[in-house]
Amino acid sequence: MTREERLENISTLSGTDVKKCMKCGKCSGRCPAFKEMDIKPHQFVSLLAQGKLEKLLECEAIWSCLSCMACVERCPRGVAPAAVVEAVRDTVVRMQGKNGIKAEDIPPIVDELIPQQLLVSAYRKYNK
Amino acid sequence: MKLCYYPGCTLKTKAQALDKTARKCAAALGVEMEEIENWQCCGAVYPMGTDEIATKLSAVRALEYAKRNGGKLLTLCSACHNVIKRTNEDMKAGGDIAIRANNYSKFDEPYKGETEVLHYLEMLKNVVGFDNIRKAVKNPLNRKIGAYYGCLLLRPSGVMAFDNPENPTIIEDFIRSIGGTPVVYPFRNECCGAYVGLKNKELPKKKSEKVLSSAKEKGAEEVITACPLCLYNLQANGGGILPVRYFTELLAEALGVEE
Repeated sequence: MTREERLENISTLSGTDVKKCMKCGKCSGRCPAFKEMDIKPHQFVSLLAQGKLEKLLECEAIWSCLSCMACVERCPRGVAPAAVVEAVRDTVVRMQGKNGIKAEDIPPIVDELIPQQLLVSAYRKYNK
Repeated sequence: MKLCYYPGCTLKTKAQALDKTARKCAAALGVEMEEIENWQCCGAVYPMGTDEIATKLSAVRALEYAKRNGGKLLTLCSACHNVIKRTNEDMKAGGDIAIRANNYSKFDEPYKGETEVLHYLEMLKNVVGFDNIRKAVKNPLNRKIGAYYGCLLLRPSGVMAFDNPENPTIIEDFIRSIGGTPVVYPFRNECCGAYVGLKNKELPKKKSEKVLSSAKEKGAEEVITACPLCLYNLQANGGGILPVRYFTELLAEALGVEE
């Protein structure tokens, strides 16, 4: 896939139109993971609009998004920043060897009470 | 009244308390929950990628089964509800996802989102009615209870259409119906930290502590939720600030149907 095709693919995967963004920043203002992110929700939208593929693919913030949809809820322009984050994360984890969690790292951190829902969610988000 | 019921993986294992109390309470309130045949795990998170089809098929199968068996599908776990309701919306929309899911599934007739997805709380409100719950209560709870909505029931509100996403009231109305006093606090619709704990243990800790200290500050004596992951995060990562239980456990207590 060429660089342009990759960008187009991220845009299609996200199903959202980043060009509608009016840069008000409400998405980042509402984000509960804001402090953990090297790239903030509004920057995901803006970097995709500018075609900054490498910055998106190299960021750490894809692992901190909680998919809580607060950014989507607050956007006055109907943009879905969380869907852009997910499209970037999907693109990364679909590359060979880029899964976000390793099965062998899980047993030591699983405690008695961890619900299946957590493991299934994390695997769906972080691995392919 | 009989309703098709989708329990989901966690309600059969770590969250049995949610499933068992819900079934008992429904029976006491005249609703029969009929577990659907051969259900599969919903995947716990709705895959947003527009090319994600296979990951939605278990929800589609459950929805199609419910369509042929009464037309309603009752959910209880917030995550299952979120995944199934959003997938149903995809099927209604009739786009690429719906076409491919139907092509693969080969149902007798294509599934077009006809099933009504009903969360247990919506069932209490719209099928049973909070007034009828009030009449059925044997032990009014007389305590201050904080409703924790989290994300999955409310957002995205355009699809979930569950309640006002910024100022919801359904769980507070539920608390009143079982004789409790609802405590409204600012963090009741904030995320608990979700699944990120497997990558970053600190984030759910910060988020869950904020939720519980916000509830405590406003006078809550306990917090209730409909989500096994929220319950886990608030209990395991919330610093023990307040006790956290499933809303159905309190309903069972109020109706006098506890074990």
